[in-house]
Amino acid sequence: MTRDEISAIALEELTNVAPDLADEAIPLDADLREEFDLDSMDFLNWITALHKRLGVDIPELDYPKLASLGAAADYLLRATESSQSSPPAD
Amino acid sequence: MTDVYRMPSLGSDMEAGTLIEWAKQPGDRLHKGDTIAVVETQKGAIEVEVFHDAVMGRPLIAVGDKVPVGTPMAELESAGERRTERRSAGRAAGVHAEQPKAPRSTPEPIPNRLRISPAARRLAEERGINLAEMTGSGPDGAIVLADVRAAAGRAEPPPPASAQSTPRAGLDLAAMRRAIAAAMSRSKREIPHYYLAHDIDLTAATDWLAGRNAERPPDRRLLMGVLLIKAVAVTLRAFPELNGFDRDGRFEPSAAIHVGSATAIRGGGLVAPAIHDADQLGLDELMARLRDLVQRVRTGGLRASELSDPTVTVTSLGERGVERLYGIIYPPQVAIVGFGTPALRPWVVNGDIVARTVVTATLAADHRHSDGHRGALFLAKLATRLMEPDTL
Repeated sequence: MTRDEISAIALEELTNVAPDLADEAIPLDADLREEFDLDSMDFLNWITALHKRLGVDIPELDYPKLASLGAAADYLLRATESSQSSPPAD
Repeated sequence: MTDVYRMPSLGSDMEAGTLIEWAKQPGDRLHKGDTIAVVETQKGAIEVEVFHDAVMGRPLIAVGDKVPVGTPMAELESAGERRTERRSAGRAAGVHAEQPKAPRSTPEPIPNRLRISPAARRLAEERGINLAEMTGSGPDGAIVLADVRAAAGRAEPPPPASAQSTPRAGLDLAAMRRAIAAAMSRSKREIPHYYLAHDIDLTAATDWLAGRNAERPPDRRLLMGVLLIKAVAVTLRAFPELNGFDRDGRFEPSAAIHVGSATAIRGGGLVAPAIHDADQLGLDELMARLRDLVQRVRTGGLRASELSDPTVTVTSLGERGVERLYGIIYPPQVAIVGFGTPALRPWVVNGDIVARTVVTATLAADHRHSDGHRGALFLAKLATRLMEPDTL
């Protein structure tokens, strides 16, 4: 999967969690919690959706690494590449 | 015997509701708690439920009618009166497990509860599309806008470029703002609030939560908000004067502890639907309920009982707020517990100043029904609970 594909998935799952964001242009570097008012439940639902869709483990300690769509795409790309050899833990 | 089902009040701020859809048809059996209809209110589209077993009778108002609270909406017949032969089917089979064999006028099976997004419902209404005949493609078979558009045989029209972002279809934010204004004005006018605040060391709870979540996939992780709600609910058992309702100046305690969880609506406004019997639920169950509630606040589908029967409210600023908040009691409740944003603060432990995760809890309570002394004991007890997360 390419970074662009992952980025599109991250955006799609985000707008599932917060449907009102579908109308917004979300810059890749915008802090989702600060600038788009995601609360902790929204954020957890987003992480949950990404975990299920991409099969990557996202520990709580790594949440800060998914602060923006761009950062999340980088993180998820690395995670999908490194989990190629081993099945996702669940 | 014939009874009537009346437009329920979903809070002291509701005056009228609009019938959007019947969830049941004449002749259908209703069990206590079943949804009979969907009603549009200032809080969006709400599923309203019956309070006892009955059989749906003749509708007295039509879809689209806006009627005041208390207006008869439909006749209800006693559950025991009709089709007593059905008793042999047994409860376990469920009310809709088999269709009536009697020659009823019901033309076709009506799904027990249609799940329809408010936007889909609106479009279907405009186009005159029968939702009962549709299959939904959304979660749990919910009918979503795309299904109705497909049924309407139209390509999806592009959204107007200048469209205002709508936080939630079917929700009139201006009406909600007026409802909040009415309830809060009444509260400030009528309820003599007293306020207390207490700083609580959340380090143990934070560590406990991190350790627990580290071993779990995201869908089984807990949020701190769940611990806070549980701690409040359990602590309230010993403080009945904070849990219940003011009825014309007299206090009516509640045996059940239904915690209203104040939830912000993205785009503005808030609702505080109830988590029923929160003191009885395990943390995982409580988390599942909270997740479900927030989901339905975002997308629609709150139930009438959830809006009308919280016995107390908890409001939390979450991770991105400020140190403390002072709540305003939602009438006819008599107390609201507030939590600021947990943060690292200097704290004295055994004579040394150390950095600890601290949250400020506040209590606003009705001085007609309790005193500050008891309120202070409540907050102190709440602190003890939160410092021993194993006990939650």
